[in-house]
Order: sequence, then structure tokens, then C-alpha cells
Amino acid sequence: MRRPKFSSLLFSMPALWLAAPAAAADLNVTVQIPQLNVAEYHRPYTAVWIEREDHSVAAQLAVWYAQKQSKEGAGTKWLPDLRQWWRRGGRDLALPVDAVSGATRPAGPQQLKFQSGKAPLNNLPAGKYELVVEAAREVGGREVVRVPFVWPATSAQSLAAQGQSELGAVKLELAP
Amino acid sequence: MLKRSLKWTALALSLTLPLAAHAHKMWLLPSATNVSGVDPWVTVDAAVSNDLFYPEHVPVALDQLVITAPDGQAAKAENTLTGKYRSVFDLHLTQPGTYKLAIVSQGVFANYELNGEKKRWRGEAVNLGKEIPAGAKNVEVSEANNRVETFVSNGKPNDVALKPSGKGLELVPVTQFTDLVAGEAATFQLLLDGQPAAGLKITAIPGSTRYRNAPEEIDSSTDKSGKFSLTWPHAGMYWINASTQDGKTEFKQARQRRLSYTATLEVLPQ
Repeated sequence: MRRPKFSSLLFSMPALWLAAPAAAADLNVTVQIPQLNVAEYHRPYTAVWIEREDHSVAAQLAVWYAQKQSKEGAGTKWLPDLRQWWRRGGRDLALPVDAVSGATRPAGPQQLKFQSGKAPLNNLPAGKYELVVEAAREVGGREVVRVPFVWPATSAQSLAAQGQSELGAVKLELAP
Repeated sequence: MLKRSLKWTALALSLTLPLAAHAHKMWLLPSATNVSGVDPWVTVDAAVSNDLFYPEHVPVALDQLVITAPDGQAAKAENTLTGKYRSVFDLHLTQPGTYKLAIVSQGVFANYELNGEKKRWRGEAVNLGKEIPAGAKNVEVSEANNRVETFVSNGKPNDVALKPSGKGLELVPVTQFTDLVAGEAATFQLLLDGQPAAGLKITAIPGSTRYRNAPEEIDSSTDKSGKFSLTWPHAGMYWINASTQDGKTEFKQARQRRLSYTATLEVLPQ
């Protein structure tokens, strides 16, 4: 019969089988880095992560900092300025982290796309979370924007929060 | 002579214990408590003053400075300087983890009468016998044990350097010393000779006292396990202090032991 054959196929690929129910779940983030009219502008250091209800880190999505090698190292000296990110888990990371750390981004909408079953989301357990975006700018300010969400989404959702100074709109789009 | 007189300044402070909150305060002030990168340094001020944290009285003698690296070994201060009002040193944080910076002072004090005149003496316990004249009367000896600390973490904090020595008043973390945030409660444990110090008053004063009229002192007290909590009303550098006295003297001629613990802790905004 077909049934035993089918199940043996499943068991031969357990990872795929586990990922299968959530394979279509997407989590897309758009971070608007504002255009600022200031005398001395530096692109902001920015971190994007997902927090559990107890504020522990469920997933590190991105951290953008100066990559250029200087006497002080590749910009890592200033990472503690992303204060929330630093204490919530940034300081535990051995940077650079593949597919998470990268260069600072220019003003404009910065898009990030993630899928369940793949790093860094992996198999994010069902639950309540907050998307957190923190930006800190040299000779500028610092801002944290949070977007609460429930995972996995049962229907397509478009969530957003608005930054006031160092961040513009932060959009979170979820697809089941 | 300058160095010698500074050394005893630290101990003289502990004799003003009942007025601790109003007396001169000794402190270490690091330029940062959380650092990162390939070659991190901090620079630290060390002074005694009334206002926090403004050097306006005397500097701290750096020969009493003990720096413990995250691996528990001693680290060395660099670029040391002692000026009119403050001492300054740099610390090169070559290891990941938490550094403890401490000014540790111990000494013996004596009051006595000689030919009807009241005299005071302070110095090393071993010199007491030979430096107090044979004809001295009503000799009263006490000893002091002071510890003034601050903490800096390079990357992820650790607690190897924070192991207590078991001597005098000491603070150990429940909440990490370098992980303090405005509006969040922090819990620490105060020890006396390595044992929980119960029922002691804790005073916390935020810095920048020059720019406000009220001291904004926050009080707490230790429970029976020596633990206490403080909720920081706002971000900034805080001076926290506890003091006590007992009869557990190390030097048999001393009747009383005065102990004091001080830390400078940084609280960051949410």
C-alpha cells in the first residue's frame, strides 16, 4: 500500500518533516532609516531581534555596524551603545555572525526577509513575541521601537510602529 | 609625605561613620562600565569629595589600588597620575569579562594623653608599640577597614574577580554590577568577613549632586541573608555605601573595628 511507503519517506527526512507545517510562514521586516538634516551624519548602528515575553532573545535578526578596519577595530568598540541589544544578548555573540551582522545601512527602507525553518528564525515556537529595532548614531541619539506579535500568524498580518528620532516606520509583515 | 598623608585620609574617613552620608565620600569613577572591541580601555578618576562626582577635596593614593582581572589575577593600572584633587589611571582591558577595581585600606588609630595633652596617632599596627610614647595615658586603639570599588565589563560579564576575600565588608552581585537599568530593581548581597551582613543600612546617591538641591538619597537595608534591593529612579552613576562597627579586631590592642564599603555603579537608560 502507499501508506507505509509515504511514512518511511517522512522518517528518512525528519528535519524536512518538522519544518513542513511552517514552511510557508514568512516574517518580513522593513526598517525605515530616516534622512536626517544634520551637520555631521553617520549611519546608525542598528540591531533587529525578536524578544520573548521575559525579554530574552528568541532570534537575532540583524546587527549593522561599521565594518571598516581601524585602529580601534571593526567598529565593535561602539556596539554597547546599542544598550538594550547589548545587554539582551549582543554581548554574548561572537561577531561577525553569518547572515546577521553586516555593514551600516543608508537612509531609506531596509528590508529583511525571514522564513520559518531557516536560520535565524529556525523553528520559532508558537507564542507572544516582540520585534525590537534599536538604532544608535555617532554624535546622534538612540531609539528603540517595538512591534508586538503572535507567532505563527493565522492569517496574513501587517503590523507597524513608528520611530520618532533615530528610526522611521518599522513594519512587520507576517504570512502563515 | 604626600603619599603617606593621603593613605591615611582613606582611613580617617571611616572614623566619621555615623555621619557617612554627609561626610566626605571616597570614590572611583570609570569612564565606562561596559566596553567592547579589539582594544578596550577605560580611564578612572579616584578622589575624596563632598559632591558626587566632583574632585574638590583630596585625591586617593593609588598605592592602595587593587585591580582584579576576569581570570582572578591582578591587573595593572597604567598612566597613573595624582593631582591636587584627584588621581587618574587607565585600565587596559585585555581579557573578556568583569574587572574589579578596588581601593582597599586598613589601619590602626589611637587616641592618647601625654603630659595632659590629647594626641592622635594613625599608622601601621606593627608600629603602634614604638610610635606611641611610653608615658602615654588612656590609650584607645581602634582599627579601620575600608573598601571602595567599581566594576567594568569587557563584553559578557563574569564573576571570577567578584569572589569575596572574606575580610571586611564586601558586595557580591545577584544582579550583575555592570547590568543596571533605570526603573529596574537590582539586588546585591553584602557580606561581613564572608558571611551575610544582616540589618545594615544601605545608602545610594546619584551623581551630579551639584545640579540639584536635594540629595535624592535612596535608602535600603539588608535582610537576614545580607541581601538588599535598589530601584534606580534614573540613569547615571550612583555612589552606594554601607558601614558598620564591631569588636572583631585583628589587632589585639584595638577595642573597636570600623568597616565601610563603597561602590560606584553605572545605571543606563532603558
